[in-house]
Amino acid sequence: MKNIFVLVKQVPDTETKIIPKADGSYVEVTNIKWIMNPYDEFAVEQSLLIKTAFPECNVTVVRVGTVSDNECLRTAMAMGADDAILVESEGLIDSFTTAKAIKGAIEKSGRTPDLILSGKQAIDDDALQVPQLLAGLMNLPSVSVVVGFEVAGNVVKLKREVEGGSIEIYELNAPLVVACNKGLNTPRYASLPGIMKAKKKPLAQYKLSDVGVSASDTKVKYHGFQLPPEKPAGKKFDAMDDAKAGAIVKDVVGLLRNEAKVI
Amino acid sequence: MDFSLSSEQKEYQELALKFAKNEMIPNAAKFDESGEFPKEIFEKAWQAGLLNTCVPVEYGGAGFSNLDAVLIGECLAYGCMGMNSSMMANDLALLPIVIAGTAEQKKKFLTPFTEKFLLASFCLTEPENGSDAAGIKTSIVDKGDHYEVNGNKMWITNGGYADLYVVYGTKDASLKNKGISCVVVPKGTAGIEIGKKEDKLGHRASDTRAITFNKVKVPKENLLGKEGEGWQIAMKTLDHSRPLVAASAVGGAQRAMDLAVKYALERKQFGKSISEFQAVQFMLAEMGMRTEASRMLVYQAAWMADQKIRNTKVASIAKAMASDGLMQTATDAVQIYGGYGYSKEYPIEKIFRDAKLLQIYEGTSQIQRMVIARELLRSN
Ligand SMILES: Cc1cc2nc3c(=O)[nH]c(=O)nc-3n(C[C@H](O)[C@H](O)[C@H](O)COP(=O)(O)OP(=O)(O)OC[C@H]3O[C@@H](n4cnc5c(N)ncnc54)[C@H](O)[C@@H]3O)c2cc1C
Repeated sequence: MKNIFVLVKQVPDTETKIIPKADGSYVEVTNIKWIMNPYDEFAVEQSLLIKTAFPECNVTVVRVGTVSDNECLRTAMAMGADDAILVESEGLIDSFTTAKAIKGAIEKSGRTPDLILSGKQAIDDDALQVPQLLAGLMNLPSVSVVVGFEVAGNVVKLKREVEGGSIEIYELNAPLVVACNKGLNTPRYASLPGIMKAKKKPLAQYKLSDVGVSASDTKVKYHGFQLPPEKPAGKKFDAMDDAKAGAIVKDVVGLLRNEAKVI
Repeated sequence: MDFSLSSEQKEYQELALKFAKNEMIPNAAKFDESGEFPKEIFEKAWQAGLLNTCVPVEYGGAGFSNLDAVLIGECLAYGCMGMNSSMMANDLALLPIVIAGTAEQKKKFLTPFTEKFLLASFCLTEPENGSDAAGIKTSIVDKGDHYEVNGNKMWITNGGYADLYVVYGTKDASLKNKGISCVVVPKGTAGIEIGKKEDKLGHRASDTRAITFNKVKVPKENLLGKEGEGWQIAMKTLDHSRPLVAASAVGGAQRAMDLAVKYALERKQFGKSISEFQAVQFMLAEMGMRTEASRMLVYQAAWMADQKIRNTKVASIAKAMASDGLMQTATDAVQIYGGYGYSKEYPIEKIFRDAKLLQIYEGTSQIQRMVIARELLRSN
């Protein structure tokens, strides 16, 4: 285990009130407070736990995004990552472009990855695509929703959560891409001394064109951002009176079938 | 004039606020109710480097400025004023060592605090001497090869958990402030008697006790500064620690205000949001006025301490304004919550109880006014 790359994304704080832009092209970003995507924190923490066990390991955090709000890379370095790469991009870009940019950035670093970690999803667009697309582009295996992690030499043993609460167990050889889920570990705080140290850690900066991405890579066009329609007020049925209960049940079934169309 | 914080300072703030929101706020009610000491939370704060911010770099600390420290302290008090009392007490106890200690003393007493999680106590107040601190009666007497400490201390924060006690005493009480000396007493020294934990109105998570020193032998090398310099050391400590206490009042007020704003927007009466009533709006506006003005005073007092400009007057103004302002803000916040504000189900009730202490410790609001008036009259 020598080179770990961790993908991090800057996302709006979970308490942010999202307002679509007037022209629907995206959401208003000027007043957003940005945080590191919470699932990415598990990825960063995991890389640091591995680094503790394998001190020769180098942890690089990679992000595609704007220069002006780059705190999450600093935070990751303050937590203990060794260096960072930022691929500059403006506005919204799709998952494929992001994955291709990350692949280019990793190649440009000159280090061959043994492990690429990310969160299982970003809480802003919830696309759940980048780690898998990146693995596809780099021809690496990938496992997502990972809640258990062991490294023994070149072999990585993973626990993956599947629906219904069962666990799948994987044993793979590095290199590979792992997308982490909540429960994998408890992310540490970036300590104050860590924040000071992070200032001196290297941050490489590339343009999309430097990492081999061009306009023709764009697969998705975004438009028409709007808030979900407000939920109409619920209907109340008073079935306390046993004599009326039968009629009310009939009513409700009728409404569920014909109006809500759920049964 | 530049009001902007450095990017590092913003990061410290962000980290401290994150810690407050994730670790302190969710646990504040529990420790308030039980009165247990939240040691694990403090240890986590220590790991994140949020404690002992005054320890210089040469001795393993972060060497933060007073301004850095107040920025961090404000955020921690936002999380829980009670827990922050304990956290702040460490700095209060370590500051006299930073201010008056020799290199050897600093290495011996400060460095361990950067190597593991430890707590400290500042022991000035006595049962019969609170505001009149210069009249303390605890004796520190030269016994040839050591000092002997005898006397009762009262209201000592972290008293039951401290690894070291910074103790003020006098060789002759009739000398008043000129007779006072300050010594470091390590935990476990024979003759330290630790009283029971006080059952308090607020700040119930912090540990406050009477401590008795009964023929306690202290090595000569534990004297800070020279004999008789204790009062000066205490005053210099206050110039640094008053901005810290004032900052915690600002943090508490900010939290009370945030809660009041949120609740005012949620609560409906007479068919509209209570935030639409001007009487409620004016209470909120005045919270904003007080909190913002206090914050600026705190920053100024801290900045002056960093610039080595005498800040006695501004620090006292900041302390009095911020703590009186907090009390009013907490009172009005309860008012905006109405009956729900009076219930332990909602967080504002605890903040109201916690607020009161800020007008009492580190010099009561009355004592601050005496200092301010003295400073004003002196300059004419
Ligand atoms: C929870 C808690 C934690 C504390 N932690 C510490 C600690 O860690 N270390 C420590 O050393 N001390 C600590 N203290 C002590 C604190 O600093 C004192 O309580 C404070 O200085 C007031 O002293 P007192 O309680 O004796 O009140 P008093 O001095 O008896 O004052 C009573 C009242 O008289 C007023 N008054 C007194 N003198 C005058 C005057 N000249 N003019 C006008 N009004 C006056 C006061 O303002 C007050 O309203 C703590 C106290 C509490 C409650």
